[in-house]
Amino acid sequence: MTVATLFAGAGMYDQVTSNKRRSWLLVAGFALFVGLVCVAFAYFIGGGPIGIAFALIFAIVTSWGAYWKSDTVALTMSRAKPAPVEDYARYHNIVEGLCIASGLPKPRLYIIDDPAPNAFATGRNPRNAAVAVTTGLLEKMNRIELEGVLAHELSHVKNYDILVSTLAVTMVGVVALLADLGVRMLWWGGGRTNNRDWDRNNGGNNNGFGVIFAAVGFALLALSPLIAVLMQRAVSRKRETLADVSGVEMTRYPPGLISALEKLKEDSTVVHSASRATAHLWIEQPSAQTEEEGKLSRFNRMFDTHPPLEERIALLREL
Amino acid sequence: MIFVIILLVVVVLLALYAIVTYNGLVGLRNRIENAWAQIDVQLKRRYDLIPNLVETVKGYAAHERETLDAVITARNAGMNAQGPQEQAAAENMLTGALKSVFALSEAYPDLKANQNFAQLQEELTGTEGRIAYARQFYNDTVYRYNTKIQSFPSNVLAGMFRFSEREYFQADDDSRGPVQVSF
Repeated sequence: MTVATLFAGAGMYDQVTSNKRRSWLLVAGFALFVGLVCVAFAYFIGGGPIGIAFALIFAIVTSWGAYWKSDTVALTMSRAKPAPVEDYARYHNIVEGLCIASGLPKPRLYIIDDPAPNAFATGRNPRNAAVAVTTGLLEKMNRIELEGVLAHELSHVKNYDILVSTLAVTMVGVVALLADLGVRMLWWGGGRTNNRDWDRNNGGNNNGFGVIFAAVGFALLALSPLIAVLMQRAVSRKRETLADVSGVEMTRYPPGLISALEKLKEDSTVVHSASRATAHLWIEQPSAQTEEEGKLSRFNRMFDTHPPLEERIALLREL
Repeated sequence: MIFVIILLVVVVLLALYAIVTYNGLVGLRNRIENAWAQIDVQLKRRYDLIPNLVETVKGYAAHERETLDAVITARNAGMNAQGPQEQAAAENMLTGALKSVFALSEAYPDLKANQNFAQLQEELTGTEGRIAYARQFYNDTVYRYNTKIQSFPSNVLAGMFRFSEREYFQADDDSRGPVQVSF
């Protein structure tokens, strides 16, 4: 009952409000960022006011897409296919049960053909949510463990975690793309001459401004992969543990999720359908974690999207 | 003048609070009704699945009359039950009887291999889970509703509009005790 009382109060609603607010900030910050980067681009390759206008349009379109189409992007990137009821009765039954328990509408269910056990949830709100699991998860988990994992995913839906983290997928993708393009353009130095043209057209007396602008643009381009990673990190680690706890609140049975997490820990198959951009969505970090990472391991942990499984299991045991 | 404005603002705020709280209480009360209906929906689904199950099992284990009759009896008792007390008793009987039907599959490999049987077993297990979750959701909603009715200041409004406390669904003493296994 302790868990129930913990979350029955305002806690859950605070989490929802904070996630919604964070999403707006994320979209606004992203639009600004993409806009700035595009303006920097326009400056480098030269395009004058038309380039800037194009940059703004690009920023608006990608931000809009990030909100409305993120779930499709995430699902397509992980090669998820819809799971028909006839073939996946157990999967559907468990989700329906949990939805009754939590008062959520039933999300769309997807399946990913992959032997590694893992799962994620995506969408922008509970009404437009989707849950995807790998075939490996369905094979390796028994009913109770599967219920634990799916309850964890549905908590992400209920807490609006899916909105923030799915937005991050598209945004990280766009940022990575921009950074890539930027590096290439700088490498080929295509900008230089056009750039001078623009200066000349503008009277050629804004060199000071131009230098600062170029420096800022360059810094943005260079930093964008790092920003992307930090953005992802910010959205995920704490909420994994929170989703574990509120998932258990749904099933009222901690041993189910504990034994599922233990199975995930023992399993070392790498999810092939996961990429760097979607890493934070999954229930378990999809990249291979080896013991012998040596000196690098502490540095790498900074960029982990998930807290270590041992910590999560220990926390659940305390309930 | 300023005094009047302050008074007006206070009155408007109070009215807004009353409206929001009242609507919240109505919403919760309806959700309780809905949650209760949801339990019935799931129970009915289980009753509907049972004749199919009995037919399928008959094909493989016709002489296990006793086990099959027990399921039918429990089902009919549940459907005709008057009041929650009687219904709970019938439901428990039904759950027990279903367990022994599923146990039959261990003795009859052909039955176990039957696609239809496997499907029905999955459906029934799923439905039992849904029944349990529907009751849990009902109780959670009653918990939130009762807490709101009892706590200040919403209790004032609840008293004014006669929102009364609801009862929890309680598992009977049998189902809370240790499971009896007999061989």
